[in-house]
Amino acid sequence: MADTKTLGESLRLHGVSRRGFLKFCTATASMMALPPTMVPAIAAALEKAKRPSVIWLSFQECTGCTESLTRSHAPTVENLIFDHISLDYHHTLQVAAGDAAEAAREEAMHENEGEYLLVVDGSIPEGNAGYSTIAGISNLQMLEESAKGAAAIIAVGTCAAFGGLHKAEPNPTGAVAVSDIIKDKPIINVSGCPPIPVVITGVLAHFLTFGTIPELDEYGRPMVFYGQSIHDRCYRRPFYDKGLFAETFDDEGAKKGWCLYKLGCKGPMTYNACATAKWNQGASWPVESGHGCLGCSEPDFWDAGGFYNALSIPTSDVSKLVTVGVAAGVALGAATAGLNHKTKSNAAKNHGTVTVDDLEKTS
Amino acid sequence: MTVLDNIKIVVEPAVISELTENTLPLLHEIRHALIRLAESGESTILDLQAIPFGPGDEDRLLSFLGTGEVSATVNALGETKIFETQYPAVWLVEHKNPELSRVALQIEVTQVPTILMTQNADILDSIALIGETLEQSNAEF
Amino acid sequence: MSEPMDFLLWVRGPAFDVAALIFVIGVVVRFFEIFSLGRKANFSEPRGTEFGPGMKSVLTRSLPEPGMFKRQPLTILVGYVFHIGLLISLILFVPHIELFRETFGFGWPGLPNPLVDAAAVLSIVALLAALWHRISSPVMRILTTNEDWLVWALTFLPMLTGYIAYHRMIDPYPLALGLHILSIEALMIFFPFTKLMHAFTLFIARWYNGAMSGRRVVES
Repeated sequence: MADTKTLGESLRLHGVSRRGFLKFCTATASMMALPPTMVPAIAAALEKAKRPSVIWLSFQECTGCTESLTRSHAPTVENLIFDHISLDYHHTLQVAAGDAAEAAREEAMHENEGEYLLVVDGSIPEGNAGYSTIAGISNLQMLEESAKGAAAIIAVGTCAAFGGLHKAEPNPTGAVAVSDIIKDKPIINVSGCPPIPVVITGVLAHFLTFGTIPELDEYGRPMVFYGQSIHDRCYRRPFYDKGLFAETFDDEGAKKGWCLYKLGCKGPMTYNACATAKWNQGASWPVESGHGCLGCSEPDFWDAGGFYNALSIPTSDVSKLVTVGVAAGVALGAATAGLNHKTKSNAAKNHGTVTVDDLEKTS
Repeated sequence: MTVLDNIKIVVEPAVISELTENTLPLLHEIRHALIRLAESGESTILDLQAIPFGPGDEDRLLSFLGTGEVSATVNALGETKIFETQYPAVWLVEHKNPELSRVALQIEVTQVPTILMTQNADILDSIALIGETLEQSNAEF
Repeated sequence: MSEPMDFLLWVRGPAFDVAALIFVIGVVVRFFEIFSLGRKANFSEPRGTEFGPGMKSVLTRSLPEPGMFKRQPLTILVGYVFHIGLLISLILFVPHIELFRETFGFGWPGLPNPLVDAAAVLSIVALLAALWHRISSPVMRILTTNEDWLVWALTFLPMLTGYIAYHRMIDPYPLALGLHILSIEALMIFFPFTKLMHAFTLFIARWYNGAMSGRRVVES
């Protein structure tokens, strides 16, 4: 449960020195993708930061987001943050199960009314409530109940942020995003399938540090992480500009690390921090490993055409369309031609010849 | 394993001599930071984790910067390694956690990196600590 | 929450299908109309060949005539700059080539983006100059019909939105790209039924001119 110690006090109790605290703030700034000039402000804010209660709800999801979070790659910083937040309910990670787990959620909600942070991963089925329930409570009901007393909601993953896989055609469960249901609370969308670990912790750190919602883009995503497209930050961008492209996954261009646009990279339409934050402890990221971006942090990315089709290609089968068009055009053209011929022959038939007598008559 | 052993693996040596389009702009930024430091005394910190490096770019940059005559280690919340590059006033600061993984990598363009400087509160603590020690030893004699 | 993306999916999906169908059917029908009407049989004895001179005219009429250039330098200069810039942007920009490859099964190498970008800018400037000429010249104003304004806008919008999308001047990108594709769909829908059709018919007409002159062995 939330206690009254500030983060500064808690760190000193852990024997962290002032240089250690400065280092912690530097790493936190780096994790929050804030400029190093923000370090003093972060230090001042963290010194006074209070321990918030966090309730984590998992709805229609694959647990990939939680897997991602638990593999955050800067353990010290995140451990300190997680030591500092009070994760009161997370049915995958918590020890308690069944009634005890639900009791923990209700207790946290009552004790921290209006102050706790609600984290949601997974989409919510609006069709039959039976598609997804927890302890007999439908996802919709649990979300509405838990959102009431929350200070803010963080929708983790593309499913919670935009509906994700379940919302893809034909959306059998009637899946919707958190923002489609909750309208009266600040919602931070941390999209991605899964989101980058440090982006999840960075957003938590921002809330913990400043107690506020970071600046959001039009999709409700934090600008610091989603402000620029993959394409704009891609180290392969110079090849795109030079017109150097990999044509297949094993050609000379692919080996030289040329641009993957033609192989279906959705980098130009995708806003995320993969190019800088990277994955697996900063080891690499999809484009660096030779595969185009799937666009997983964008709404409806499952329906945005084939993963291996260039972004400029329409989602339908163009060749077939053109063939059908030509066939229809030929048929219609033949009909028009027939009509035209008829008009022409009629005109020829009705063409009266003018004799000298006729001319004399009229004049 | 025998099947896997048949796959020929060619390890290509990293070419670190040439700078790429991802590293060159950074050098310009460092140069501008040095000019600022010379003219107004304003120091600059560049967070290298915010730079979209490609494979080998970090090695290329670091080998270009080289090592200078000063190096230091801070032990607080894990090890922090600091050294001046062969370009004076351009420092490299690498913060590691106790598990030895990197939590931040920065270039500081300044006279002395901030983390090395003793903070005022620590100076006051220091005065108090020495005072205590002296009092104790006075009492003993 | 996802309007720009929905919009992009719509223009890349159903809207594109409709536009492409109208375009293809329209162009085929127009061709049928032209060819099926045919020409009156020419019973005179040919004095020369038709094919060679026809092809020659296709080529020579693509070059400006010196006298004409002196009288209308702006029209001719703008015409060339615009058309060349348009062709470079259309068929040498890699994302466009990928669309052609998907449609026809083959592609060709593209130009580096900064070159395409420069061509597009020149083309846009030329189009603006053409508009200014149409508005400011009294003769041009009399000659201009409503169709001319429409055709100008249909041509200008894809160039402008393409420039905006490439330079990512509208956020988010799906909206910028969607607007670009939508403007091209408008162009495709109107293409067969306006003077835009000249892009296809002009070489046929030139060939005919050359062929007729060739038959009579006169200068085309």
